[in-house]
Amino acid sequence: MKNDLKQLSNPEKYHDPISINNQDISALKNMLSTMLLIRKTEQQLAFGRKNGLIGGPVHLGAGQEAIAVGISQNLKKTDRVFGAHRSHSHLLALNLDFYKLFAEVLGKKTGFSKGMGGSMHLYDQPNGFYGSVPIVAGTVSLAVGAAMAAKMQKTDDIGLVYIGDGAVEEGVVHESFNLAKIQQAPMLFVIENNLFASHMHISLRQPSDMISRFAIANDIPYKLVDGNDVVAVAKASKELIDDMRAGKGPALIELVTYRWYGHVDWRDDVDVGVARSLDDIESWKLRDPIMRLSKSMIKAKMWSMEQENDLNNMLDKEIQTAWEKAINDPYPSSDATLKYVYS
Amino acid sequence: MKSQKYNYGTAILAAFEYLLENYPEVFVIGQGLWSPWYVGNSMTDLDKKFGIERVIDTPVSESACTGAAIGASLAGMKPIVVHPRMDFMLYAMDAVVNQAAKWSHMFGGQAHPGVTIRSIINRGGEQGAQHSQALHAWFAHVPGLRVVMPSTVADARDLLIASVLCNDPVMYIDDRWLYEQEDELPPVTELDLTSQRPVVSLKGSDITIVASGHASLLAREAAGQLGSEKISVEVVDVRVLNPFHTEEIMESVKKTKNLLVVDSGWISGGFSAEIIAKIVEQLPVGCLSNPPARIALPDAPAPTSRVLEKAYYTSTNDVVEAIKKILDN
Repeated sequence: MKNDLKQLSNPEKYHDPISINNQDISALKNMLSTMLLIRKTEQQLAFGRKNGLIGGPVHLGAGQEAIAVGISQNLKKTDRVFGAHRSHSHLLALNLDFYKLFAEVLGKKTGFSKGMGGSMHLYDQPNGFYGSVPIVAGTVSLAVGAAMAAKMQKTDDIGLVYIGDGAVEEGVVHESFNLAKIQQAPMLFVIENNLFASHMHISLRQPSDMISRFAIANDIPYKLVDGNDVVAVAKASKELIDDMRAGKGPALIELVTYRWYGHVDWRDDVDVGVARSLDDIESWKLRDPIMRLSKSMIKAKMWSMEQENDLNNMLDKEIQTAWEKAINDPYPSSDATLKYVYS
Repeated sequence: MKSQKYNYGTAILAAFEYLLENYPEVFVIGQGLWSPWYVGNSMTDLDKKFGIERVIDTPVSESACTGAAIGASLAGMKPIVVHPRMDFMLYAMDAVVNQAAKWSHMFGGQAHPGVTIRSIINRGGEQGAQHSQALHAWFAHVPGLRVVMPSTVADARDLLIASVLCNDPVMYIDDRWLYEQEDELPPVTELDLTSQRPVVSLKGSDITIVASGHASLLAREAAGQLGSEKISVEVVDVRVLNPFHTEEIMESVKKTKNLLVVDSGWISGGFSAEIIAKIVEQLPVGCLSNPPARIALPDAPAPTSRVLEKAYYTSTNDVVEAIKKILDN
């Protein structure tokens, strides 16, 4: 495999604090606390899955929070965002209602999908989250269609899909790149390149580790960014999204990152597949997007360890309260299975 | 408003024109739409009348275009995807089966993929195995899809309009062997697809034939031929295969006490089996005078050679002979 990502895929690099020059302090604090809350929400889900309170699979994205949080800085509620199997952060970055996520994952009717979806099928259209599904690449063409609709409806809304490096191995993704370009659809392809598809490292699946090569092939503007630098993600995506809203057609952003948990549930998954060792995970954890932002803010004296401790304690309490509330919520009524088949 | 003469193809064209004229959220997407000779006379000049932004010819990408139509429907549009041959649509099965059919259910009734997928059965003429398939039974198997097979000129127009106005995903299947039928139609009245049911298209008393799409035409033709032999055939046209309603069929079979199903798909695992199963499991014991029977395609891909092809497809005469055989018992 060609290492076109160069140092971006080297876990020994990019451990330093990120650049926050000229950034708005309240926006930085907001991104920090949002990432932290998403992290804690997923840690709670990991715990709930491990102890058996959650019955179905959870695909956790801890370590990748900067991507959705950075991109969502530039989104409106009327944009059309689609996710995949690992989409808790994509949804929460648009609507930080972790209680509703807990309820959904626990199969309760108070959840985002009324208890009919669980972790893998999430829906919050009023906040721009059109849906996530676990069929790899299953929403890519749908997002292109939603983007085409935005253009037909003469809005400046965009379509957006989050996919991983594995999804580009599906044929429909390439049809979708081509269709979006030929239609000049305002469509942002967000590639979360965490180097793994389930247990398989990208070196065993593709001749290059850089997914942006497909943007080049389809004459689609793209940016390749450190996905664990929330400020860089927000800035790069803003430029692309601004152009899209101005009618310049589709774009692709590739964010290099790493997931801390295994493919599914709470385990490390160092014993399945290849090229995933505890040492690797420990190195990648030094590229933690939350820690890097926090260190930068502390260094710039706009944040302190005391504040961070207070924030941690407050969020932990909120998480516990929401979790207990969701645990006690009702399940869907027995007629739900047949009721929702048709509209 | 006066009634107007149509054939099956121009009735479909009239439905497209009605929808594009009256509903700004309707658009059409599919291969060949700027040169629609693939689809007979059913889409002529739509691009010129309504513009290429609403009548979209596409790259050779059945999967992405079907998915895009579903996505557009989630965003408030009413798209129609056109697959000039059902065989090529098989590239789009994830979009149809995993996405369109499931989104309402998976999201607790909050998402409405109101997309219409027009897929055409286009066979014969030595086209062979991959230009011929009638796969309606697959889609009738999938909860969440509505499956429509118009067999008459009126249904070709009115059920297409009803499909597009419906909030659910609809597989609308027309058959090129129906295009020559003619009829005089009144101006459009919008129908609610969710209340459309099988209809008795010919009244009779000796035997009930249940069929859909082109098989319904064969049934009607056979009934016409048998009239001179004093055999009275009742034809029930299914029209909507999913969700499948059986009350009208039950009433007819209770009256005639004989049942023949004609279907344009393969026999094994086909829709003919579903019809017979649903009827037999509801009928009182001893109601039927003869065992129920069915005619469908043999379990083989469509051959190309004309001799084999002629034997492979069901003819009106096959239906006539089957009826005589049942009633002779």
